[in-house]
Amino acid sequence: MKEINPFHAAINDPGGLAAGIKKRSGKILGYMCSYAPEELIHAAGFHPMRLFSSKSDICLAQNHLQAYCCSLVRGVLEDSLAGRLDYLEGMVFPHTCDSIQRLSDIWRLNTKFNFFADVVMPTKLNTKSARTYMTDVLKKFKTDLEKAAEHSITQNDLQNSISLFNRIRRDLSRIYELKSQFPSIIKGTDLFAIIKGSMIMDREELAQRLETIVLLLEKKDPPPYSGKRIILAGSICDMQDIYKLIEASGGSVVADDLCTGNRWFEGSMPENIDPIEALTARYADRAICPAKHSGNTTRGENLLALADTHKVDGVIFATLKFCDPHAFDYPYMKEFLEKSSIKNLHLELDDQQQGLGQLSTRLETFIHMI
Amino acid sequence: MTDTDKKKDKRKIRAAKKMREIMTTYYLDAMTARENNKKVAWITSGGPVEPLIAMDIIPVYPENHGAMIGASKMGEELCIKAEEMGYSQDLCSYARTDIACCKVNGGPMGGLPQPDMLICCNNICGTVLKWYEVQARHFNVPLFILDTPICHTDYSREVESYVRRQMDEYIIFLETAVDKKFDHDKMAEVGRLAFQGQKLWQKVLKTTTHKPSPMSAFDAFFFLALIVTLRGTQIAVDFYEELSLEMEERIQTDISIIPHEKYRLLWDNLPVWYQLKWLSQKFSDHNACLVADTYTSAWCSALKYIDENNFLDSMAQAYTRIHLNIGVDQMADQVLDMIRTYDVDGFVMHSNRSCKPYSFGQMDIMNIVRKKTGIPVVMLEADMVDPRSFSLSQTDTRIDAFMEIIKQKEWVR
Ligand code: SF4
Ligand code: SF4
Ligand code: SF4
Repeated sequence: MKEINPFHAAINDPGGLAAGIKKRSGKILGYMCSYAPEELIHAAGFHPMRLFSSKSDICLAQNHLQAYCCSLVRGVLEDSLAGRLDYLEGMVFPHTCDSIQRLSDIWRLNTKFNFFADVVMPTKLNTKSARTYMTDVLKKFKTDLEKAAEHSITQNDLQNSISLFNRIRRDLSRIYELKSQFPSIIKGTDLFAIIKGSMIMDREELAQRLETIVLLLEKKDPPPYSGKRIILAGSICDMQDIYKLIEASGGSVVADDLCTGNRWFEGSMPENIDPIEALTARYADRAICPAKHSGNTTRGENLLALADTHKVDGVIFATLKFCDPHAFDYPYMKEFLEKSSIKNLHLELDDQQQGLGQLSTRLETFIHMI
Repeated sequence: MTDTDKKKDKRKIRAAKKMREIMTTYYLDAMTARENNKKVAWITSGGPVEPLIAMDIIPVYPENHGAMIGASKMGEELCIKAEEMGYSQDLCSYARTDIACCKVNGGPMGGLPQPDMLICCNNICGTVLKWYEVQARHFNVPLFILDTPICHTDYSREVESYVRRQMDEYIIFLETAVDKKFDHDKMAEVGRLAFQGQKLWQKVLKTTTHKPSPMSAFDAFFFLALIVTLRGTQIAVDFYEELSLEMEERIQTDISIIPHEKYRLLWDNLPVWYQLKWLSQKFSDHNACLVADTYTSAWCSALKYIDENNFLDSMAQAYTRIHLNIGVDQMADQVLDMIRTYDVDGFVMHSNRSCKPYSFGQMDIMNIVRKKTGIPVVMLEADMVDPRSFSLSQTDTRIDAFMEIIKQKEWVR
């Protein structure tokens, strides 16, 4: 499908993409975590750009972060210090894990971008006071953005942005639905490109492209699928190869619990209420990340529900080495799955590693076994 | 007794014996809580213990337990056990040992008394949130989370009102848990005692500004347990009163903790519990005394935010603005302040694999300290409880090289 080519182009050269956006529509704000309120950034007239590690060798970041820090955090710091992110106007740090928390300080002390904001979201999301606090934090961030943009963000700007992101999320969800229904309708690597591209491309352009893709997919008459149905679960998955390998071994990712996937786009925001309230609802109620709290078993239950809805044969956990929040959740989520007789495999990844190496054998064996 | 033995004996801090007794009684009380119809709450080391004391609930600190496990060199075995249970080796070793302990009733006391409730305050790290979730599932008891947003650069009004509101939620949580009304008068009293206890702890720590120092950070690591576990009680106040008097007496009679204090050092991060003896001997052999540390002082660093006469209202700020819950640059400022106050010649940083919020940013602090003071800084790689992340020979060489630089510096001066 040639309509997917722009997505591949975008993810293969995010720097080039950013340069183009900067020239055309202006200033870019980076962030690393799916709790960054993209809608607000966009409403202020900035381009929201999720950052991934370019996976270059760690040299400069070594002087700031010890080796027992996750490769995403080290990798992005390296990119920044090496000048690979000079296209950024600034950076936004929503509060999540301890590693990003300290990266924020290190970034503030060692880089010279025009804009910088900590968006210290609550960790607890399931109480009234936490929601009130979240609303306060979003309002404060809005003011910060207005100062930087030198104009105010109107209710209208926000409403437009919310409906644009709703459109994007709706189409991404639709693509996921189709993928689950007809796993052979789109290749895993293409799906990966769409998702990752959606976090970095110009959002207006993106919304149109996604619409086209949905229309095309809906017209397709995919061959029946008889392979294994897999859920990919974990933090961010920035490894296209995983999708390739799973398919080569006779499986397909039909759903995910990733913050570069379902957790990031599922659900829509109410459009008929105060926009800041709508944003609060979104960030408090979305599928939760392990660095946040909304209950002691919420994530386990979510995963079981997902497995049930999508009739999966197995779950592959893909987490980054040194990632505490996910490492703490893994044993109980595994136990939950096992109680329901759902087979699972854990892959501990390092962004820096080239390809999947010996993990590939484990992956193949797993898929053949289930 | 030989002459050196006598001198060594003179150097010993008398209060240590008392401290051991108090801690033993405290743990016995906690172990027999059920029989005495008392409730037990597990609480994080940075958590607000005062309301528990006011409610007559016995606080138990898994982190203190973790330190004991480390000091009794039982860390490795329990860490391995946790790994077998699926917990990655990269996770905090306090959490790992505690989780494993619950499974095998391990540790020096055969495990902690079971909790009736869990109180988790994330002002120290995100680890405690995940760790207490694990325990809440394991024991199936209610979990209260006090969410104290990090103050990277400032303490905002939003944060104040969020945390203040949670203090009320905390009290309601406790009222429900023990089914009795919260006694505000008692709370005010406990608050005053907590304030006094911390003031005295600060006084004890400050005695090491004297040259030669009457005690070292290694002693502070030991004497810390009371201000953590029994903060808000008369017992803690009395004890630290006594300890500070003993320190004064040592200063008057010229008793130093190490025989020949020539160099004064500052320590950063948690102790390496299973190597305390070796480390203190090592530094002492170089005539160097660790006179202060950033860790034990955390239990009095928020004093400036506490209102002795309105404890409850000032708690939000005092519990939010602690050493680990501020930006790296502010942490560096505290370090610089300590370097001046204690007049130190070198800075020893423990890069602690277990503790990411304490260790990430250390390299920046190191650079700031070097630039602003010129004193030598060394970074030692270790872990507070898991000895597998520690190399004795490497540390030995590093300390020697570091001390060499300090000695040369002095010569140049
Ligand atoms: S796992 Fe959590 S902290 Fe990490 S990127 Fe996702 S939402 Fe953010
Ligand atoms: S992968 Fe884990 S440790 Fe790394 S930034 Fe995401 S949540 Fe934090
Ligand atoms: S050692 Fe660090 S990570 Fe572990 S509980 Fe303490 S503050 Fe948290």
